[in-house]
Amino acid sequence: MNSPDGPAGKNDRDTDVAVEDGVARTNRPVSSAVADPGAATHRHEPHEPERAHLPEKLYEKRQAVHNKRIDGPFRRFKWAMMIVTLAIYYVTPWIRWDRGPYAPDQAVLVDLANRRFYMFGIEIWPHEFYFVAGLLIMAGIGLFLVTSAVGRAWCGYACPQTVWTDLFQHVDRFVDGDRNARMRLDAAPWTWGKVLRRAFKWTIYAVIGFATGGAWILYFADAPTLFRDFFAGDAAPVAYITVAVLTLTTVVLGGFMREQVCIYMCPWPRIQSAMLDEKSLIVTYKDWRGEPRGSVKKARKHPGEFGDCIDCNLCVAVCPTGIDIREGPQIGCITCALCIDACDRVMAEVGRPRGLIDYATLEDCEREARGETPRSPWRTLLRPRTIAYSLIWGSIGLALLFALGVRSHTGLTVSPDRNPPFMLMSDGSIRNSFTLKLRNMESRPRDMAIALEGLPGGVMWSDTIGRDDAAPAQVMTVPADQTRTMRAYVMAPAGTGERDFAFRITSQDEQRETDSVETRFSAPEAGQPRDSQ
Amino acid sequence: MANKRPTGKRIDEPTGTETVGHEWDGIEELDTPMPRWWLWTFYLTIVFAIFYVIAFPAWPMVDKATEGVLGWSSRGQLAKEISAADLARQGVRDRLARIPIERLPEDSALMAQAVAGGNAAFKVNCVQCHGSGAAGSQNLGYPNLNDDDWLWGGDLRAIEYTLTHGIRQAGHDETRMSIMPAFEGMLEPAQVEAVVSHVLSLSGKAEGSALGAQTFADNCAVCHGARGEGSREFGAPSLNDAIWLRGSTREDIRRQVLNPRLGMMPKWEGRLDPVTIKMLAAYVHSLGGGEDFVEVAADPAVEVDEQP
Repeated sequence: MNSPDGPAGKNDRDTDVAVEDGVARTNRPVSSAVADPGAATHRHEPHEPERAHLPEKLYEKRQAVHNKRIDGPFRRFKWAMMIVTLAIYYVTPWIRWDRGPYAPDQAVLVDLANRRFYMFGIEIWPHEFYFVAGLLIMAGIGLFLVTSAVGRAWCGYACPQTVWTDLFQHVDRFVDGDRNARMRLDAAPWTWGKVLRRAFKWTIYAVIGFATGGAWILYFADAPTLFRDFFAGDAAPVAYITVAVLTLTTVVLGGFMREQVCIYMCPWPRIQSAMLDEKSLIVTYKDWRGEPRGSVKKARKHPGEFGDCIDCNLCVAVCPTGIDIREGPQIGCITCALCIDACDRVMAEVGRPRGLIDYATLEDCEREARGETPRSPWRTLLRPRTIAYSLIWGSIGLALLFALGVRSHTGLTVSPDRNPPFMLMSDGSIRNSFTLKLRNMESRPRDMAIALEGLPGGVMWSDTIGRDDAAPAQVMTVPADQTRTMRAYVMAPAGTGERDFAFRITSQDEQRETDSVETRFSAPEAGQPRDSQ
Repeated sequence: MANKRPTGKRIDEPTGTETVGHEWDGIEELDTPMPRWWLWTFYLTIVFAIFYVIAFPAWPMVDKATEGVLGWSSRGQLAKEISAADLARQGVRDRLARIPIERLPEDSALMAQAVAGGNAAFKVNCVQCHGSGAAGSQNLGYPNLNDDDWLWGGDLRAIEYTLTHGIRQAGHDETRMSIMPAFEGMLEPAQVEAVVSHVLSLSGKAEGSALGAQTFADNCAVCHGARGEGSREFGAPSLNDAIWLRGSTREDIRRQVLNPRLGMMPKWEGRLDPVTIKMLAAYVHSLGGGEDFVEVAADPAVEVDEQP
């Protein structure tokens, strides 16, 4: 946490330690301090000076992060990502897609009521949910791929929490001014001016939250209709409840909790420590170059004694999660690289080379510390691990595309009636009943022929086709995008024994799509009178 | 230690909190107060419990529980839900009450409602004898309702009539009534054996004989028909098909000739309302063996079914 007294103030603890130790701080995780044996002994036998440093409370209260405005290539990239991701989020539901008269004209639609998922030319049915599962697996492995290649780039630029936090921070800046002004206002007493300012800011928060929640529901119904109904008060209660919940969570998580979500709530930083290795690109402070820190004035007075870091604290001031990257890789770092922008700017001003804080791999850091030339960061992208992830990711994608290409738009399920399993008719023939489900996954009504295969002399009729019209095959019309359930009576001549047979469904159009389901024809055992069962 | 309180509990220096006064392997537990929100939640549950005990049935007394000032009861709620469900069904029931059963098949949506309602009513009233799949029971002589063999007629009207008035209900004028005589003592044993063979021969299961044919013509054909085709007028089963109500072995048939068992069916008029009976008729008709009215007109024997 940065100290509340701003960039000009010194971070007391760091300064003390740096001065006392008189050695360069190394890039080590913050948690390693706990593992320090010296610290452990202090627990049992506290020294007097140590006791004076004991905190009054075991838990430090959260200090608001007021990150300073910065400009630079990474900030501009963050802007671009924010615009692109928000545009995708807000525009997608409004894209139209002509699906004829039987399906909604929305390109991306999760139709929960009819259990359909539309994505441009693709229509997913509930039994094809493996497509969605596959996409989720691809998203997961994609995260692994990105992390092993470029660290937590997802966290820094594309994660919704990051994008909305960024948005809310810009609102803060727009209403309250930049870092120093915001900190002054935070500490100021509650005057009418502050109340009005806060009310204005929180109103903007609420509007952003409402826009976020409001756009979300548009994915679940025809967007223009729902938009009109929503403001006319005609939408379903679930729409209002969803918008209310999402508005609230957006404001609370993005507006108030911000970096706490990344540090305490998000599971990804826990996993990422296992995903990262010494070959992953991460945001790194090059301590061998920066330490010991000293201002430009001190460095001029004692040449050769101080490193490049002038301890201006600007890298801390611009950080959206309020960490000090100079303490080493840590859980709060989302690798958004704003500190790189800040440090490069300062290095340019004081006439030192850029890259004191930079994207680098730990391997290259060691190489550079030894005085060797680091490799190009791009070379780190191609290595066995990233290639393996890419191959897995790509093969799942190809498998999904293949499945998408060969999938049938016609389907049949058969469940035999078990009570009673068969029926003896007065002429001695045997009847079985089945419940058939005929699926038509196209947005037009289609005729389907259902035929019996492997049941000699068998005929079928149904609850809508009379027994007079019983035949070995029947044609049913299945409405667009629907599953038609029918009860089929199948009758075989006297003497037919138990046997396997199949229902085959064939679409009566140019595609001749077909599906076949094996099932069993039940019959009394040969020679057994019926009443012996 | 210096900072011991009179209670003997130690104050933990870093936090300033009392310990609970125990020590386990050098580890002490802080006596941290419960969080305020937790305490308030706890107090609220106490308040809620008091309100609940007063407002709702809660406290068991000698013969029943306290009733609660709100007068709520689970039975009352159930009754309310049932009456609400009944009210929701009222429209369909009214339409079913108005439509003559002959015209029910014309309204396929109403027919579907009737079949669904009949299915539910069947599960309550009929499965005890006819079985949950309506397959009946051969050993006990409960007919199978899925097949195409009907003793008293299988169109909607005939089924509704059977349901309404029952079969062999003593003291009821409109009930389906017929009695098969017991031939024990009336026929010689040789005649009995011959007629059993003859009955089996009607469906090709045994060799017939002149004696059997003669005995059958004299004693059985009046109800069961000359060729054993049965008669729906008397509910006499056909003897020349594959379906046997009470078994198809020689013993089964001999027993039925000598001492016939006659099935009974309760009359449901008065026990179920006419709409439920209509729905049950629709459901039984839908099981796969239901007959059209056209066939009824072609079969003079069933005209008896069209009683007022």
